[in-house]
Amino acid sequence: MKETEKPEKGNQIIEEAAQAEYKYGFVTDIETEVIPKGLDEDVVRRISSLKGEPEWLLEFRLKAYRHWLTLKAPTWGHVHVPEINYQDISYYAAPRKKKEAKEIDPELKKTFDKLGIPLEEQMRLSGMAVDAVMDSVSVKTTYRERLAELGVIFCSMSEAVKDYPDLVRKYLGKVVPYTDNFYAALNSAVFSDGSFVYIPKGVRCPMELSTYFRINAAQTGQFERTLIVADDDAYVSYLEGCTAPMRDENQLHAAIVEIIVEDRAEVKYSTVQNWYPGDKDGKGGIYNLVTKRGLCRGDHSKLSWTQVETGSAITWKYPSCVLKGDHSVGEFYSVALTNNWQEADTGTKMIHLGKNSTSTIVSKGISAGHSQNSYRGMVKVAPQATGCRNFTQCDSLLLSDTSGAHTFPVIEVGNDTSVVEHEATTSKINEDQIFYCNQRGISTEDAVGLIVNGYAKEVMSKLPMEFAVEAQKLLSVSLEGAVG
Amino acid sequence: MNALKQYIDLFDESREIIEEQSPAILNTLRSSAREHLETARLPRKGSEDYEATDLEAVFAHDYGVNVNRLPFDADPSETFHCDVPNMSTCLYYTSNDAFHSSATAERNIGQVVVEPFSMAAVDYPELMEAYYGKLARMSDPTVALNSLLVQDGLLIYVPDGIVAERPIQLVNIFNAALDMMVQRRLLIVVGKNASIKLLACDHTQSADYRYLNNQVVEIVAMQGSTLDLYDMEESTPLTSRVSSIYVNQHEGSNVLIDGITLTNGFTRNNYHVEVNGEHAETHLLGMTIASGEQHVDSHTFISHNAPRCHSNEMFKYVLNDHAVGAFAGKILVQPGCPRVEAYQGNRNLCGAPTARMYTKPQLEIYTDDVMCSHGSAIGQLDEEALFYMRTRGIGIDEARRLLMQAFVADVIDGVRLDALKDRLHYLVEKRFAGTLSNCATCAAACRPSTKD
Repeated sequence: MKETEKPEKGNQIIEEAAQAEYKYGFVTDIETEVIPKGLDEDVVRRISSLKGEPEWLLEFRLKAYRHWLTLKAPTWGHVHVPEINYQDISYYAAPRKKKEAKEIDPELKKTFDKLGIPLEEQMRLSGMAVDAVMDSVSVKTTYRERLAELGVIFCSMSEAVKDYPDLVRKYLGKVVPYTDNFYAALNSAVFSDGSFVYIPKGVRCPMELSTYFRINAAQTGQFERTLIVADDDAYVSYLEGCTAPMRDENQLHAAIVEIIVEDRAEVKYSTVQNWYPGDKDGKGGIYNLVTKRGLCRGDHSKLSWTQVETGSAITWKYPSCVLKGDHSVGEFYSVALTNNWQEADTGTKMIHLGKNSTSTIVSKGISAGHSQNSYRGMVKVAPQATGCRNFTQCDSLLLSDTSGAHTFPVIEVGNDTSVVEHEATTSKINEDQIFYCNQRGISTEDAVGLIVNGYAKEVMSKLPMEFAVEAQKLLSVSLEGAVG
Repeated sequence: MNALKQYIDLFDESREIIEEQSPAILNTLRSSAREHLETARLPRKGSEDYEATDLEAVFAHDYGVNVNRLPFDADPSETFHCDVPNMSTCLYYTSNDAFHSSATAERNIGQVVVEPFSMAAVDYPELMEAYYGKLARMSDPTVALNSLLVQDGLLIYVPDGIVAERPIQLVNIFNAALDMMVQRRLLIVVGKNASIKLLACDHTQSADYRYLNNQVVEIVAMQGSTLDLYDMEESTPLTSRVSSIYVNQHEGSNVLIDGITLTNGFTRNNYHVEVNGEHAETHLLGMTIASGEQHVDSHTFISHNAPRCHSNEMFKYVLNDHAVGAFAGKILVQPGCPRVEAYQGNRNLCGAPTARMYTKPQLEIYTDDVMCSHGSAIGQLDEEALFYMRTRGIGIDEARRLLMQAFVADVIDGVRLDALKDRLHYLVEKRFAGTLSNCATCAAACRPSTKD
């Protein structure tokens, strides 16, 4: 790489970008029902009774809570989670129901409009079903009837517990047991709401299912729980996108996503995460500590994770695949962009248990400002899982000399018929390419946007169309002027 | 269980004897080592950086320690020949942990200093003072244990501007008639613009006893110096080795360390390299050929603390039967160190369904203007290549051997000593053919065609 002076303009752009305010930071002013701060067995019981849950679910919560008490918060990540006072968090917030109102609170609707969520007519035009979650309780579900005709269940977790208790009971906690980790235990004890999706045998879900999570009430931890089940030969593409309003105090987000894929079924799970990352001095921001795991239980099943992570002060998550079925396929495509003082430690686990199972991991990290961006991953091939194949590629792009990019992969192979490959590179954005663009009248800022989008294209192309546009915008916005 | 306890107790009982028989400089670290061991525990399998390796189990065996430094009568130079043909080396022997020089040792006289610590402490007290125990980290319990019990070691010192004409060969031999643990310790100081090539090989003479070599090597490479260290292991299934090599590289130095394991029982190699000067070059190479119950675990850490440095790592494993291989490597680029180029590769062949490979290549980069990469792959021999060879009349076993040899060839080609390179190709060929099974045959195999 040539030794060239940092362009003056680059510095100027950095400053501009650093001063740019978080676009989606606004607070919706609607009444919220909040359980007082603190966590004990009574709070767990209260959440359960507020939601009118059956006895077995309360038992599940209590068991999780008691187990959580025995655990300590993990510290092994390349992130600095400050000590969280779990007694200083309110564990339940629900938009208060106005008895006379049959329509959605106009304030709430405005929020979604600002976010660009077309809930009503626009919804139908864009052909998506949205289960909009605002502070944990599902507000409105559209397209439910149309999906119901096909037998597809797409509803909030609390509705699912009431309407389909057998299904929920059969699958809840089967992929991520409450004993899994500290945050999973916490979530299992206090989860408020989330989405439940069930695609029956042989059904190809005709539209992309989408949920926007939004942390709204101040100092309200959000603990969603998503459960997706694709029965034999089913197919579903699920989209999850997040924006959160600007807050000064850090907010905790400890969600669980469980996915079960049966014989020949396929699930595509896409995330665009743009929660408030904190300001340019690293103040505030969301702690995104999520457990996401899918079980490819059936033969020839397929699970694909795609994520674009640009938000959160701390992102610490590993969407994983347990490839239990023979010939099952796991995929993980990730773009993680960190700026200012953000920290991301993300990656995946591919656990090969089935014969001839294959997995692909493509991870692109982009670090700017003072941020730290880590890829951590595991590929494990069990002795009985013969003929497995894995390919992992994780690249890091560094945009400032104060940022960090790290790779921590673990590979374990237990037989002699599997092939596992891993490659990783870390480098700076190519100055020649920027110079080339400059020559042709493209500003440095645009050039960086172009190069980064090109760099992330492999992952972006895996996103559903609706998301790809948003994600591309997000990357450019988050990157504005981050060239150094 | 705490396997360290027996050794701490032994030390407490015989501290006086140990200190009496050691040069004073070695005694300076004992109290601090004792303190570290008080709270330290040997890592168990599954703990950080020890995914596949249980050190506690390795040290738990009741090994004898030669506290009284009783001499073992056999003269290794008489019974053991491990010279490399066509390469005239200066040969030294370590019998357990006692040093002997051979007739050929005189060749570098006036150039390179090779002395046991007991002599070096008198001849070069300032060197010993300046460098002994300065790099090795007591936080590693094996290093603390070595510092606690070590009674002698070897200083290799190449003064400024000296380019050693002949390579130095150090043959380490276990020959005790009982289960035994030794603390080998090496201090290598390569002066400014000096250059040396060093070949160390580990052998075990008796396959009936369990031996444990707990070794610490400290290397200081001054400005513009060059050091090649070829560290070869040909021991027996009952021999264990825990080796920690610490390197401090100054500006423009060039260090190559090549760890080769052909036969062994249990091996853990730690490489810890601090690159403290600009334009320094580091090459870490590793080759492991393991079968039976062999266990080889390599752990590398290169910290780039200065800009414009270059490092290159390549570790290759060929695993058969129930062999277990592990590789963990970390490249760290500190803030404010631009233009660092660091590459790391780990390629592994799993030749049997029961062989296990664990690999963990890591990058930790805190500067933007760098070129770093790592790659890791675990796989098998190319079926098509095998088929191609068979269509040309080469038997399946022969074809596999040829492909395996080709697989490790580039690690051998990284060797910067032609005679040794040829020798290694020959040894690897024998190893794959299964005719290099233990040291007894090795001694015969290595017998030089032209004896010095």
